[in-house]
Amino acid sequence: MMKGDRKYILMFLLPAAAFLTIFLYYPFFKSLYLSFFRTSGFYSKTFVGFDNYSRMFSDDLLGAATLHTLELMLYVIVFQVGIALLLAILVDNIKWGKGFFRMVFFFPVVISGTAIALLFVLFYNFQFGLLNTILQDMGFNKVNWLSESMALKAIAIPTVWHYVGFYFVLFLTAMSKIPSDFYEAAKLEGISGFKKTFLLTIPLILSDIKVVITLAITGTLKVFEFIFVLSRGQNGTEVLGTYIYKKALVDQNFGYGSTIAIYIVVFGVVLSLLANRLLKRDEITY
Amino acid sequence: MQSVTVVNKKRVQIKPGIIFIYVVLFGWALTTIYSLFWIVNNSFKVSRDVMNSSFKLAFDPVMVNYTNAFDRINIGRSYLNSLIMSGGTVLLVLLFGGLAAYVLSRFQFRGRRALFSILYASLLIPAFATVVPVYELLIKWEIVNTYGGLIFPQTAGNLTFAILVLAGYMSTIPKELEEAAFMDGCNRLTLFMRVLLPISRPAFASAAIFVFLWSYNDLFSALIFVSAEEVRPIVALLSEISSQYGTDFGLMATAVSLTVIPVLIVYLFIQKYIEKGLTEGAIKG
Repeated sequence: MMKGDRKYILMFLLPAAAFLTIFLYYPFFKSLYLSFFRTSGFYSKTFVGFDNYSRMFSDDLLGAATLHTLELMLYVIVFQVGIALLLAILVDNIKWGKGFFRMVFFFPVVISGTAIALLFVLFYNFQFGLLNTILQDMGFNKVNWLSESMALKAIAIPTVWHYVGFYFVLFLTAMSKIPSDFYEAAKLEGISGFKKTFLLTIPLILSDIKVVITLAITGTLKVFEFIFVLSRGQNGTEVLGTYIYKKALVDQNFGYGSTIAIYIVVFGVVLSLLANRLLKRDEITY
Repeated sequence: MQSVTVVNKKRVQIKPGIIFIYVVLFGWALTTIYSLFWIVNNSFKVSRDVMNSSFKLAFDPVMVNYTNAFDRINIGRSYLNSLIMSGGTVLLVLLFGGLAAYVLSRFQFRGRRALFSILYASLLIPAFATVVPVYELLIKWEIVNTYGGLIFPQTAGNLTFAILVLAGYMSTIPKELEEAAFMDGCNRLTLFMRVLLPISRPAFASAAIFVFLWSYNDLFSALIFVSAEEVRPIVALLSEISSQYGTDFGLMATAVSLTVIPVLIVYLFIQKYIEKGLTEGAIKG
């Protein structure tokens, strides 16, 4: 350690520590604290013990929002991660156009989710939307894409599409790090094509697949703008993000809203741990 | 003659697989390229034409949506707001995150590992979990609906990620460099400015890009902290358009185009930095 280092350590850490304390740690513990109160606005609150928590367990809307979030998560894991992996495998196997596909597949990632959601408003519109125009031109009946039975699936499509490119690049990067002698050895053994993919490539990037699935899970918990713009949580599309927005900020129910916030944190931590657990077991089988 | 047939045979063997691969890849590429083309094309039509013939090329483009976007909904203002707030967030995150990362990666001191554990744990706190108390704080300080009202919470929200990325990169820089500079009489601050900062530029660049994108695209915080017309960023305006002008298809197409095109142009220029950030495994946020 150099002379006077202690001074610099404190001086350099202080701004970041201050920001994190004021806008992250303090609010987090304040949320935990507020979750034990019944509130009316910011100024009056009564301690109610675990009342909010027992209310939470009998809150059907929260249960529905949780289920919708889980359903969306399923689509995201299967299709977003799946399509990203498929595209990465395909691009890894071609010689021409790699750079082009990397660039183009990443387009949606840099576009804001809100803009994409607005784009899909134009696709899904019942009267004049792109999809119903196509259906009518082909002689079919119009479909109400955002109806009770279809809305969540319809919203899952832009959600999935948005981030496929991100995971695609992560996968492709992981594949490019596989030493080429692995492939040469496989070639000598006569392993190629699909066999090579399943016996060599996928097992070797398994740890990256795990990271991506964890990211997909935590990412889905934050989904907000697609639902907010496309359906406002109507027709069976309420997710945790939109529900807490309604409870805590539209209704200004800060006490119960904080309880839901704590619930989302716990839910996220449990899901991440669960995912790590399950995926670990998978790895042993290879 | 014979050699030609051999070549043909070979081609026939390879072709189906490769063609299939390219069909799938171009198919997906089409979803991204055509969607963008469709929206930009329709931004030059009046709403009626967007509704009735959205696939037709806008051969005689109309600018009415663009004049509407700037005059009626003042999209220029929202642009400026977005740039100021996201730019401010990036600056604060890089400055404070850079200093903290420097200490965490280059200094040996007690409690360093504990600090890293705390940082990793704070990645698990989503914005939902802090929004109510932060909102209360901003009201108390009277900075709701000011630029600071979005910059400060977003800075805190992105700091952890930036510190971890930057510290990861800085810890790979050889110690000898620093020692040489120290011999030359640099103190810790000049060391940071003259040695660490220039070498870590790639990490700063990719952190900056991702922080900017996340800040620019964060609708949830924008709706709560900066919803007033004079300060609202572009995403808040877009969500407003969807509820207020939901039947004006031309205007919606234009608003989306205006949001998307500049970002895409910038992306094309800085693409290599993004790839670098992702390639070095720095960013998995």
